[in-house]
Amino acid sequence: MLNIPFEIWLAGALALYMAWGIGANDVANAMGTSVGSGALTVTGAIFVAAVLEFSGAFLAGGHVTDTVRKGMLDMDLISQDALIHGMLAALASAATLLVGATRLGLPVSTTHSIVGAIVGFGAVAVGPEAVNWPKVGQIVASWVTSPLLSGVMAFMIFHLTRSVILDADDPLKQIKKLGPFAFFFVFFIIGLVTFFKGLKNLNLDLDLPQAMMASAGLGLLGLVIGFWFVRRVDTDDPEKGQRFSSVERVFVVLQILTACAVAFAHGSNDVANAIGPLAAIVEAVNQAGDVIDKKAAVEPWMLAVGGLGIVVGLATWGYKVMETVGKKITELTPSRGFAAELAAATTIVLASRMGIPVSTTHTLVGAVLGVGMARGIGAVDLRVVGSIVVSWVATLPIAAGLSIFFYYFFKGLLS
Amino acid sequence: MAWMDKLVGRSPVGPMQEHMRVVVACAHEIVPLVEAMASGDAAAVRERRAAIDDLEHEADSIKNEIRNNLPRRLMLALERRDMLEILDSQDSIADVTQDIAELVDQRGMVLPPPLVEPMTALAARVVAACDQGQKVINELDELVETGFSPRETARVETMISELGRIESETDELQDRACRVLFGLEDELGVATVYWHQIILWIADLADYAERVGNRLRLLIAN
Repeated sequence: MLNIPFEIWLAGALALYMAWGIGANDVANAMGTSVGSGALTVTGAIFVAAVLEFSGAFLAGGHVTDTVRKGMLDMDLISQDALIHGMLAALASAATLLVGATRLGLPVSTTHSIVGAIVGFGAVAVGPEAVNWPKVGQIVASWVTSPLLSGVMAFMIFHLTRSVILDADDPLKQIKKLGPFAFFFVFFIIGLVTFFKGLKNLNLDLDLPQAMMASAGLGLLGLVIGFWFVRRVDTDDPEKGQRFSSVERVFVVLQILTACAVAFAHGSNDVANAIGPLAAIVEAVNQAGDVIDKKAAVEPWMLAVGGLGIVVGLATWGYKVMETVGKKITELTPSRGFAAELAAATTIVLASRMGIPVSTTHTLVGAVLGVGMARGIGAVDLRVVGSIVVSWVATLPIAAGLSIFFYYFFKGLLS
Repeated sequence: MAWMDKLVGRSPVGPMQEHMRVVVACAHEIVPLVEAMASGDAAAVRERRAAIDDLEHEADSIKNEIRNNLPRRLMLALERRDMLEILDSQDSIADVTQDIAELVDQRGMVLPPPLVEPMTALAARVVAACDQGQKVINELDELVETGFSPRETARVETMISELGRIESETDELQDRACRVLFGLEDELGVATVYWHQIILWIADLADYAERVGNRLRLLIAN
């Protein structure tokens, strides 16, 4: 225990702090609507979210972790010390931003803060030439394309829902028949991104056809689970005059599924923001100490730190967020929540597979706008969209500035 | 999801339906008002007027709340301009009902016996038109829920056509009432003008109800 270097203790603590922040805020949000509709209890939601976030991080989070760890900077140009101080600074500034902005009620993306922070310290520790600008450009471009893609997808999913289910002779019969196929789709997609060259952690390397087969199998399992859940929905006693209330009740179940998918997607993408710098620091410390046995870059204990932070965040603060969200009467009905979350989760999981860190919040906002454009939502407040765009632009320089400050702080502290 | 909640604002559909419910309840007062006029019971007329005033005020406050909560920054499932026009037509139902009650009360008008039957029939049919208008507006949430699906849109269009049919019936009843009124012109003197005004106003209620439906028809055609 005692021969673990101080830097690693510090990095572990900061990563834990950041994961705590992620769990306290972002994760709770994904499950909030399901709690609100009474489909899940708060305890149940915390349990499900913890399991899925962890699975997402463990099974499909490796690609994004690699990007955060070493994709954005030219590792050959940075000394081990600079990397250690810089990554500590990145963690500290991103965590500060996340917690501070949450206090002030501002929307801030962990992804944007960590990317801004890494670019920030890289540019001062070595110089702008150390920054892998094409990669950073690709990431920044994805912040435009991911909400766009998710919006288009949500628009199409909602259109499909409308023509296939809501406009059917008997919408209730139709949703009961087709709902389980949403389970198939979600399980299949999650399977595909996980199985296709994703299970290095478990020493399983499947090629595309094998991954397709395995995913189809998982999808079929999902189909069975879907049928079981949908059959259990109590659709009797619809409210008077509300012909669609029983249909929405089936969508509640589908929305639990999509909320789970968002939790998995979030785990596969955002948790890397905390684990990536940690992994980089551990690697640098080990190399500096001439550790011959070079282990896998992302070790299970790091994922455990991320997972633990999220679970603690959920348990200490996240349940409050869920209770607040749950008590509010949300205007986003389950059928809309379903379309938006399915689109967002698919987009994020695809981005994770490509190793691109994207913002869960922004992707979800894009999806909600997509449903709104399909005239599916009574009122969408475009000012909120504006403030989110402003925050995404503002986060980068602020995170970079903070990170430069912390870089010199840690440099002074540790050397 | 704190952001999600702010992003998805409060839909104006519910308040629009509530406003329509109140103005139609106001229009319903026309039937007892005509009864009170027929029996020449000034106290009963005043009572009806008070009830109408209350409902009109309630409708006004809902209307103002809807207007204040419909900033341009909202992306709405139903166009803002169309929504406000529908709201105006809905509001006119309560306003005109109030005008009728005021005039009847202020002039202490007692319905001449030959006019009782035609006016009662007109009022009943006008109220039926308002009820149909309310039915149409009650479909607003279903329209949004189904994302304006062709089937739901067709359903609402049928209801609007029925509203148009009821409105043209009120035109015939208005015509009949006016003919009876003008037959009494020598006997009633200047009161004829006021009775004519009241008949027109009552018939207007059905026009406004129809206008609500027609605005909605344009809106769902987009």
